[in-house]
Amino acid sequence: MHIPDGFIDLPTSAGYGVVAAAGLAVCVRKTADQLDEKQVPLAGLVAAFIFAVQMLNFPVAAGTSGHLLGGVLAAVLVGPYLGALCISVVLLVQSLLFADGGLSALGLNITNMALVTAFGGYATFWLLRKVLPRTRPSVVAAAGVAALLAVVLAALSFTVQYALGGTGGASATTVGRAMVGVHVLIGIGEAVITALAVSAVLASRPDLVHGARDLQPELELRPAGTPAAVS
Amino acid sequence: MGAGHVHALYVHEPGRLHPLAPQAKLVGLVLFVLAVVATPREAFWAFGVLAVLVAGVALAGGLSLRRLAGRLVIEAPFLAFALFLPFVGHGPHATVAGLSLSTPGLWGAWNIVAKGTLGVAASVVVASTTPVTQLLHGLERLHLPRVVTAIAGFMVRYLDVTTGELQRLSIARQSRGHDPRWIWQARAVAASAGTLFIRSFERGERVHLAMVARGYDGTLPLLEDQRAPARDWLACLAVPATAALIACLAWTVLR
Repeated sequence: MHIPDGFIDLPTSAGYGVVAAAGLAVCVRKTADQLDEKQVPLAGLVAAFIFAVQMLNFPVAAGTSGHLLGGVLAAVLVGPYLGALCISVVLLVQSLLFADGGLSALGLNITNMALVTAFGGYATFWLLRKVLPRTRPSVVAAAGVAALLAVVLAALSFTVQYALGGTGGASATTVGRAMVGVHVLIGIGEAVITALAVSAVLASRPDLVHGARDLQPELELRPAGTPAAVS
Repeated sequence: MGAGHVHALYVHEPGRLHPLAPQAKLVGLVLFVLAVVATPREAFWAFGVLAVLVAGVALAGGLSLRRLAGRLVIEAPFLAFALFLPFVGHGPHATVAGLSLSTPGLWGAWNIVAKGTLGVAASVVVASTTPVTQLLHGLERLHLPRVVTAIAGFMVRYLDVTTGELQRLSIARQSRGHDPRWIWQARAVAASAGTLFIRSFERGERVHLAMVARGYDGTLPLLEDQRAPARDWLACLAVPATAALIACLAWTVLR
């Protein structure tokens, strides 16, 4: 879904460039509080993880396969700000190093795939967590639903861009209907994989899941030699 | 997604474009792409001239045109989208080879194919002639936030490691007879994603600690002088200037 150059006209691309730059600036500021600059290697490896996970093919039906977009997965695992920042870096590197996605469309792509998926998806995840009981299965379910919704939101965001400055010749409603239809299907796959991946991380390193930090037991101080109250 | 490793596009034989300052090349590339997007789609001749311009720069940089063409495959998904437009576009319709196609849809498809291809080709020329470290360095010189370039630097450095890890996970699954065909059989694939995250995160922690132990304080030392000489700026800006001139001519005189 990387938009190439020339797909959306120049004023719209430039406008979204400003939106993406502003969003990135907020992410940079927020992550500076969250993890100090010295932990940059860690963020770099998260970005490398996102890049790699987008190469992971999963089966869809009858032997066809899709690949993961990873927006909500990243947001749930490392938080929306760092997640959006890392996905933006991935998009930047993809457009510069692999010519994947147009440079003039970088703002459009960052808005759709980093900002909308990470923040839209995380907002859904957060709301669902508020409603659902505070258990691990509800973290997994919330991540899955958020992943489905985020993919559809990204398709809608693309449709808005197309309506504003599309050069396609087809009407925005036609494009919107086709995009949302296709992306509901993609989103179902994304939802299943995201939920299962979050549950896999929760099973072995629950402390690494940003979206489930509230489920971590408080550290308790015990005098030396006293046995644990509950095993 | 693109090829499995970072240097997929970089050409190691040094050409005339290799020694130019990366920040000048980046600015030139962005301006060139903007000029291409601003060119009116009705001016067929302009796209011909722009294509010759890109090909000329590629040849001057010692890149083979076949290599350049091979890389254009990356935009295939959007070309499929472009092919679809003449069939779903609104009227008026024209009949081409017995098919009733939407005229605005045909214009839209042409517009995407022409501009998208020129954009990819120009990006490939720069990516083929600039090492990754220099690209990142150029971005830093252009005042991109240091956190962003630093994250990108680490990402690029560990990309091969992470994708290699993913490949080993996939081989491990397959050698145990894993051949899923339906989405409800995908648990092992998802578990691989989870495992990959944990391994990447833990590697990140180890790398960070190892760097701290060697005196890392949040900044990496720069080893080379980074100012771009005026000659480089002149060479790199000549290309977008020509493209802008073509776009202006296409809008005004030669419409």
